[in-house]
Order: sequence, then C-alpha cells, then structure tokens
Amino acid sequence: MLKFLLSRLAGMLAVMALVGVIVFGLTRVAAGDPVSVLLGDQATPADVERAKVRYGLDQPVAVQFAVWVGQVSRGDLGDSIFLQRPVTQALLERAEPTLWLAFLAVSVAALIGVPAGIASAVFRGRALDQVLSTVAMLGASIPSFWLGLLMMQAFAVSLGWFPVSGYGEPGAPLAERLRHLVLPAAVLGLLNSTLVLRFTRAAMMEVLTEDYIRTARSKGLGETVVVLKHALRNALVPIVTVIGLTVALMIGGAVVTETVFGLPGVGSLVVNAVMRRDYPVIQGALLVVAGLYVLINFLVDLLYAVVDPRVRL
Amino acid sequence: MNRLQWARLFQRRMVLVAVVLLAGLLLLSWAFPWVASQDPSDTNVLSRLKAPSAEHWLGTDELGRDLLARIAAGGRHSMAIAAVTALAATLAGTVLGLLAGFVRPLEAPLMRLVDAMMALPDLLLAIALVAILGPSAWTVVLALSLVYTPRVARVVRASTLVVRELPFIEAARALGMTDARVLFRHVLPQLTSPLLVQASFIFAYAILAEAALSFLGVGMPPEVPTWGTMVAGSQTYAHTSLGVVLYPGLAIVLTSLCLQLLGDGLRDLLDPRLQRTT
Repeated sequence: MLKFLLSRLAGMLAVMALVGVIVFGLTRVAAGDPVSVLLGDQATPADVERAKVRYGLDQPVAVQFAVWVGQVSRGDLGDSIFLQRPVTQALLERAEPTLWLAFLAVSVAALIGVPAGIASAVFRGRALDQVLSTVAMLGASIPSFWLGLLMMQAFAVSLGWFPVSGYGEPGAPLAERLRHLVLPAAVLGLLNSTLVLRFTRAAMMEVLTEDYIRTARSKGLGETVVVLKHALRNALVPIVTVIGLTVALMIGGAVVTETVFGLPGVGSLVVNAVMRRDYPVIQGALLVVAGLYVLINFLVDLLYAVVDPRVRL
Repeated sequence: MNRLQWARLFQRRMVLVAVVLLAGLLLLSWAFPWVASQDPSDTNVLSRLKAPSAEHWLGTDELGRDLLARIAAGGRHSMAIAAVTALAATLAGTVLGLLAGFVRPLEAPLMRLVDAMMALPDLLLAIALVAILGPSAWTVVLALSLVYTPRVARVVRASTLVVRELPFIEAARALGMTDARVLFRHVLPQLTSPLLVQASFIFAYAILAEAALSFLGVGMPPEVPTWGTMVAGSQTYAHTSLGVVLYPGLAIVLTSLCLQLLGDGLRDLLDPRLQRTT
C-alpha cells in the first residue's frame, strides 16, 4: 500500500514538474516580453530596465525558473498584471461558480450516461442500442457554445424559465445562484454524458459475457438482479474512471460554457487574461488545472481499491 | 488497407452516408463560388436578417450577407484548418511515437512529456498557445497540432511496441537491415490503419476546437468567415433570426459527426477485437 502510494506520488510529481517546465517555457517564447506589456508604449528604456530588475527578468532564465519554482511550491503563483492582486486570490474568487458548474454537470452526465450505457449493453444490437449509440456520437459532435446558445434561446429568452446569463447579484442566496447554473450545467452535462455512456456500455458488455453471469442466470436469478448486482458492480472500475476523467474534462469545457452564459468563473477569468496577455494568470490557471487533473487521476486509482476489493494497493 | 477492406468499409450504411455527406459539404464549400452569384462579403443593410427566400436560400445575417455563401466560405476555412491540423498532428505524433517505441533511451522522457501535455485540458492549452503566439490561421493550426500530437504519439508507440516483437521484424533484422530501414519500411506500414482512425477523429475534434477558439475570440480573426466566427459574430441576433446561429452550427455538427462515423467505421473494420464486442 505504502509502496504503491509512494510510487504514484513520485509519478505525479514528475508529471507536474514537466507541466511546470512547459507552462514556464510557454511564457518565455511569448511574442513581446512581459515588461513591455506591463508598462505599455510610454515607458522609457530606464523604466524598462528598472522593471526588469524588479521582476527578476535581468537574471538568467535558469535562475528565473528556480525562483519561480520556489514561489509556486510555496503556493505563490505571482501577481496578475492587470487585476493588481495575487493570482491565487483571483482564482479563489472565481472558483465557486466553476466548482458548482463542474459538480452539477458531472452529476447530470453520470445520471444520464450510466443508466443509458447499461440499457445499451443489455439490449446490444437492438433498436434501443443503435439509437443510443447514434445519439452518443451526435453528442460528441455538438459544439457546447452552440447548444448553449440554442438552449438559452429556448428556455431563457422564449420561455423565460431561467435567467439568460450571469450569476445573480453579488451575495445572492444559493438558490438564486443555482438557478443561473441550471442551463450551463445541463449543456455541459448532456454533452459529457455521451462519454460516460460509451464507457459504461463497453464495460458492461465485457462483464456480461463472464462465466459468473451465466452462473447467476442459471441459478434462476432475475435479470434485474443479474444486471444491477452481479454485472454493474464488476463494471464499476472503468465507470468510475470515466466519471473521474469527465470531472477533469469539465474544467476545460467550462471555459466555453462560462463564456456563453456570462458566468464569473475560472474559465472566463482565463479568457479575459488571454485577451489582455496577462501571463501570470494564464500560467497559474494552467498549473492549477493540470494539478487538479493529476490529482483526480490519483484519487480514481485510490477509488479502485474501494470499488474492487481484488485491487490491493 | 487493401481494396477488399475499402469495399467492406463502404458496405456499412452509416459510413457510406457519412462519406456522401462529407463529399457534399466539400463540394458546397469549394464549388459554391463557381455556381452561385451570392458573395459571402456583400453587405446589404436593407435585407438584414431575412428569412430564407429564392434569392437567399438560408436567409441573410445581421449585415445582410447571404448565409449560404458565408457557410460555404466558412467551410473552406474551417475544413482547411482542421485538415492541416490533422495532417500535422498525425505526422508529428508518428515520428514521436516511433521514436518512443523503437529507441529505448528516448522512451521514458518522451512518454513523460506526452503525459504532461495530456494533463493540460485540450482547449485550455490551445487557448494559452494562441494567446502567446498571437491570433492567425497558422497559430491556430500550430496550437491545435501541438494539442493533438501527444494523442497520436501514444497510439503509435503502443502499436510500435506490439509490431516490433513480431517475427517478421526479427527476420528483417536478421537480414542485416538498418534500424531506420526496419522502422520505415516494415514497422510504419503496419501503423497505417490506426493512423487513419486517429487522423479522422482529430479532423473532427479540430473542427470543434477551431470553432470554440474562434467563438471565444482567441482563434481566427472575426472578419475571416469560419463556422465559429459566424456563430460568435451573430449570437446576439439569435432572437430575431435563429438561422444565423442555427445553420453554421449545424454545419459544424454535420461535419464532425460524419468524420467520427468514418473513424468509427474504420476502427470497427480494422480492430477484430472490437468487432466481436460491437
């Protein structure tokens, strides 16, 4: 157990270190150095020199990298050039809508994808399976911004059931904020449910061919019990994996959905940072998101042991 | 792939439908300027947001431009960007994957790099890359190619690991062939099938990703018609005339769906293990 944990942790750190190199490298090949972005056109050469010394940009790249790694490992992601505050603070301020959105969307994706995937596997090759498989592929072809705009048009503009955009007034009650999240979460959840469906279907089909399923049937158990107790439990490992993967995908997908629905989340923070070339924010967001992704993968590995007692860590 | 396999591919109804629709979209995009008089950039304030008519088959947008002509022009840009991306990512991924699968000392560093790249969400990485490189068609292609290269590299490496243990590779080595010759003449041809599958899926993903980037305003410049910039530019007029958002989006859905159906058909055909379960 301890050995497994340590080796996985080492692997995580190696991947994160490389992510750090990539993220740091990205901003060093950027067109235009950060100082001129920061100071604008009016700066004199002396101003530029002073700023370079202040931000440590006169040091060799290796030294800059070492300093940056030191800061990041202490949880300091630097200061936003445009927002005039630490990147960690900006990210935390914007975290709430994004986390709610991801949580709700994953729930929607799992609640639709898992039962549909089970049904698809049980009725494989029949009309229901073919319809579900086609719908799944259709879901993977629909751009989220387009579905978002159409749903906004139908349910917010025409029917008026939900707010068109935003996250309510600052300090609005939770119910009000969640009402703003219904449409975005539905869009993101519906589109990602197709991935869950495909993996559930594949996992269930594999399990349903096992000998112990035939044994369960031959001892006279009802089909419902066979499918839900004997098959589903054994198919849970890949299903848990894909749901974990979906959480990680959500973080990326949220960028577009948040922009469509005007949600003040991490996604729109990043898009705005890109428009303003606010490199520290882009760096910080990439680092945090990649960290979450690696962490989720690690947690999924741990969950294996809970779901499947045969997996000994 | 031999002729028999191509024939079997087109026997599948869905694949055939997908290929016909794709051919139709290609034809619409490239032949439209030759057969129709509507210019995609002709503005006309008097016929803004008009419903479909004999003159404008899909109606007009917020500047009175013909929607069908714009979708054809957008198709040329969107499909060209996605096609070049699929080609570039497949080539780069093949080189990296072959190296990782065949040159032992390179395997660990290359695959860790691939892991790190894949830990960054596709779209977020593409956004960051475009932000840093500056927006243009080539940076979109470059950014998306970099995003999809690790995916190809992973598939190619996995296939290479299988192929390099096969007896005919040993035979080729026993005949005294150099590593490079074994790699390019004997290993690479075995990878054609998985590469075709990957390329068609990346083509589909790139269509979606370019549209998303352009929609966010960090992809193609707004004045260049692509399916993404069209939706982005017209989104505020959706309540007056839904078509300005609906039709370019449908073009994206149709193209991406057909490409994925094609990729799926190829995979089912070429992977006997999947054929058993599906």
